[in-house]
Amino acid sequence: MEKRIITNKKQFDIKSFFLQWEWMLVLIFILINIMNANFSPYYLNTNNLLNATMAFLDKAFIVLPMAFVIIMGDIDISVGSTVALSAVVMAVLYNAGLPMGLAMMICLLVGATCGFINGFLITKYKELSAVIVTLATMTIYRGIAYVILENQASGGFPMWFSYLGWGYVGKIPFMLIAFAICAVIYGLLLHKTTFGRRVFAIGNNDTASRFSGVEVDKIKIIVFTLAGLMASVTALFLTSRMGSTRPNVAMGYELDVIAMVVLGGVSTAGGKGRMIGTILSIFIIGFLRYGLGLINTSAQVLLIIIGMLLIFSVMIPNIKFKKRKKAKEA
Amino acid sequence: MLKRNIQNMMKAENISKFRELGLLVFIIILTVAVQIRNPRFLTVSNLTNMITNTAILSILAVGMMLVIITRGIDLSIGATLALSGMISALTVSANPDMHPILVILIGILVGTVCGLIVGVLVGKAGILPIIASLGMMNVFRGLTFMVSGGSWVSAHQMPDSFQSISTSKVMGINTLVFIAIVIYIIFYYFINHTRTGRQIYAVGSNPDSAKISGINIDKILIMVYGIMGSLAGLSGVLWVSKFASAQGDTAMGYELNVIAACVLGGVSIAGGSGKISGIILGSLLLGILHNALPLLLISPFWQQAIQGFIILGAVLINVLVKRNAERKNLVRRNI
Amino acid sequence: MSNYVLELNGITKIFPGVKALDNVHFQLKPGEIHALMGENGAGKSTFIKIITGVHSPDEGKMLLNGEEVTFDNPRDAQKLGIAAIYQHVTCYPDLTVTENIFMGHEKVDKTTKRILWKQMHAEAKELLEELGSSIDPRSQMGTLSVAQQQIVEIAKALSTKAKIIIMDEPTAALTNRESEELYRITEKLRDDGASIIFISHRFEDMYRLASKVTVFRDGKYIGTWGINEVSKEDFIVAMVGREVTQLFPKIEAKIGKEILRLEGLGKTGHFADVSFTLHEGEILALTGLVGAGRTEVCQAIFGIMPYNQGKVYVEGQEVTIKSPKDSIQLGIGYLPEDRQQQGLMLQWGIGRNITLPTLEKYSKKGWLLESKEDEVAKTLAEKVNVKANSIFDLASSLSGGNQQKVVVAKLLTADLKIIILDEPTKGVDVGAKAAIYEIMGELASQGYGVVMVSSEMPEVLGMSDKIVVMKEGRVTGILDNKDVTQETILKAAMVNKTTEDVGSL
Repeated sequence: MEKRIITNKKQFDIKSFFLQWEWMLVLIFILINIMNANFSPYYLNTNNLLNATMAFLDKAFIVLPMAFVIIMGDIDISVGSTVALSAVVMAVLYNAGLPMGLAMMICLLVGATCGFINGFLITKYKELSAVIVTLATMTIYRGIAYVILENQASGGFPMWFSYLGWGYVGKIPFMLIAFAICAVIYGLLLHKTTFGRRVFAIGNNDTASRFSGVEVDKIKIIVFTLAGLMASVTALFLTSRMGSTRPNVAMGYELDVIAMVVLGGVSTAGGKGRMIGTILSIFIIGFLRYGLGLINTSAQVLLIIIGMLLIFSVMIPNIKFKKRKKAKEA
Repeated sequence: MLKRNIQNMMKAENISKFRELGLLVFIIILTVAVQIRNPRFLTVSNLTNMITNTAILSILAVGMMLVIITRGIDLSIGATLALSGMISALTVSANPDMHPILVILIGILVGTVCGLIVGVLVGKAGILPIIASLGMMNVFRGLTFMVSGGSWVSAHQMPDSFQSISTSKVMGINTLVFIAIVIYIIFYYFINHTRTGRQIYAVGSNPDSAKISGINIDKILIMVYGIMGSLAGLSGVLWVSKFASAQGDTAMGYELNVIAACVLGGVSIAGGSGKISGIILGSLLLGILHNALPLLLISPFWQQAIQGFIILGAVLINVLVKRNAERKNLVRRNI
Repeated sequence: MSNYVLELNGITKIFPGVKALDNVHFQLKPGEIHALMGENGAGKSTFIKIITGVHSPDEGKMLLNGEEVTFDNPRDAQKLGIAAIYQHVTCYPDLTVTENIFMGHEKVDKTTKRILWKQMHAEAKELLEELGSSIDPRSQMGTLSVAQQQIVEIAKALSTKAKIIIMDEPTAALTNRESEELYRITEKLRDDGASIIFISHRFEDMYRLASKVTVFRDGKYIGTWGINEVSKEDFIVAMVGREVTQLFPKIEAKIGKEILRLEGLGKTGHFADVSFTLHEGEILALTGLVGAGRTEVCQAIFGIMPYNQGKVYVEGQEVTIKSPKDSIQLGIGYLPEDRQQQGLMLQWGIGRNITLPTLEKYSKKGWLLESKEDEVAKTLAEKVNVKANSIFDLASSLSGGNQQKVVVAKLLTADLKIIILDEPTKGVDVGAKAAIYEIMGELASQGYGVVMVSSEMPEVLGMSDKIVVMKEGRVTGILDNKDVTQETILKAAMVNKTTEDVGSL
């Protein structure tokens, strides 16, 4: 039998390099900034831009693990409720006399537990989809937040706590630095480790992953726990920025977060996506909101725009895919 | 082998009957228990209130059942309900002489358009139902706020003829309940005795074979979401008439109630199965619970958590019952 | 009037990049069973889809009873009396048998369009009884066995009053006895005047049923023969395009010490009391009828479906296996039956697929070392001789045989001692079969212990040292290949075991 040589060198293809979705995102990002600069002459100013990030970075922390969740082919719509529950627990415990540091730790613990419960239910009861499980826990987590705090607000945190959301390191907001660190960690985790590789494997074909010795259940539980944990990180920053919390905070965050992930090029069918695109889309949606705020766009119009954005960003790759699939059908 | 299969089959039928009977027994026990704790429960005014609420819930559950049978889900219906309710309320407050039936038609029209949009996104563009309906939920909700300019339409802006939709009677039955019953009958016939109705089940049971059977899947999906939308539109008008106010945040999160009613009524979240009788019982149980909580002096803030536990409990019980039946079958194989 | 019910002339179908069918011909006489044979990828499936209206041809003519026809969709074909029973049973598990039979052509009241359930149930019962089956038409499809579902599919074809029935590998998932039942039904259909196109990989099917055989190769028409005109060897040559010499390249390997021993292994409802031993360099064939529990035993050893009775010893040490990870670490590898669903990431490159089971080897504390990984992938892909240019070529771009080679390469990355191959040649064409046997023989000679699950007698006899026969979840015979014939194996596989609820169809 003739032996053939199989190369292990990647070939650089200039066409496919420039056809990457991320370039599209860069282009959109630039367009949005040009638009914003037209809205306000003071917009293009380093300090201003840095400060602007503080308005939207709170939910960006959830976007990072959500990319993992969607790459695995799952979805988690309970994250907004997890933010509310962990924030409420922290506020109530602090006002009951616990030291703030401890209350914050418990906040993170609550978030991680919420995520763990999601992961546990989804892997233990495989007949149920992540949609229905997280739909139920979304209602439960927010419901518990209401039971704890009813319709009140809770706040009065120590002064230093506000540093999280309002503080600076030099000229750079602390929140931006924290996010950058998290983004690098999650990016490396996804693309450079065995864990990340296995997350992609599960999204592609979870049966074949199991047959290849991948511990599918364990990885799923870890990923959902991370999503819960990062939701409670968001709770910390959000509470710090608002100064107090209520059971109805972070309502609808799941939509923003999912929109950012899919706009970033992560396929809702699972198995495809990159962290860099996801991070770009966080800033695209963030600055878009900020810019529309500059011209006093109402919250309702923003709702509509985010909704449409979500739909369009899933539609574009879908149309491309459908065409290819039609062509391939054999 | 045949014997075993017949046993299996009887099992499957028994489970569904057992569930409905169980629900019924549970409803009766609950009613008795609540009545003992608070005699105001079984009074005419309370029952009317409860049943009219349940009527709206069950109308929506009929639509949601069809969506879930096709393996989908629609989170946008609360927003659709609000939008159609708002538009019809605004129309009727501007034209007080308008006939109520015309108003209902306007509501249904708005809802149908909303539903068809979601349907096209799911059927034609191939977007996951959860994503499509989540996105459109925001769009519809945003539109509701926009058309109303952020203000409410309240009782004194609505003509009596409009408000009487929910209080009047047809053949001695409250109009809302009457409409709900008509809808049950129409849809019972539709899904059990027409080709198109059975095709909905076929698409949910096995989409690949449906394609080979020559069923137009896209069309069925668009139709199902369209029906869901039109029922949500109808409910919007009924809702506004009943509560005599239309607000931007009307029925926010109500989709969860509807999904809970469906899963309680035994609609399989994996698609392909679900019965009208099941969702009527599911809606009724949920309606009683909502009505009974305040009577039992349970804080209204418990409502949402209880709702969530009901959804989770119902789907978990489904899974456990099924697994148990399978395990028993395996043990019976007696190798 | 033409002599043929169905005639296809000069059919060409081009998909982007592939010529799936190139100027093929086919003629079907009334009342004949005509076998269509060819390797995987020969274009049989595409051809069937053209007849049933799923695809439309780019060139060529289709004549039905001498008249030219064109189909826009499957409905058109159905209306003209063409029905197909597909390879994988395509049913609606949640719906009743009656609905499955009548889906797409329900009986409805002419004016009200109401479905006539009673009439349909009665007619379904009649159809099923005609086929000699007592399935209740009101039962749920999902509760039936595969063989019963196949009968319902045939009833479905009958209900459309089909004159031309296409069966695409209907026996693939059936036991011998069930196949026998299917042959009987097929012959009955023919006697009632239907013409049948029968596709199968099994020569026994062809010899048992068909009167004519048409062979395709690489999308081209090779020829049509009467069943007794040509020898089996000639058919193989026609299908493969070359002579396949020595189909079973069994290398004499040195049988070494014991590496795997099962003692009374069991899993409730699937199998019980399974015991056997495997030695180094030994090929053990696990055989029996489909549904005897062979795959389940293998998946229990591999940790996919953990066992709940009995013990497993690897190299004399008792071990517990709860997950595939455990078993890979113990040196057990498993080649799954369904390579596309269980073996591959189709959207991944070949290299990434090969290294997935052993990522630990190319990583340091969880960090991937990609250059090392790619190096190993290259070596292994070359070792199993995958037809590809780069390890970054997508697995989905390969043919079935080459995909199977990639799955085999995945096994070679780990430090394995025991390799379990589940139906390694199922659905693989004659040419690729030989390559797989060669690899198997080589593995044994290198000292691996090999367990091969197989239903095909020739390969069991040709490749194995020891044969374990299972029936209905139990081992009914352990035989040495030296003193064994097809008959002794069959006797062990059919041995009577009296349990009240097994056996009857």
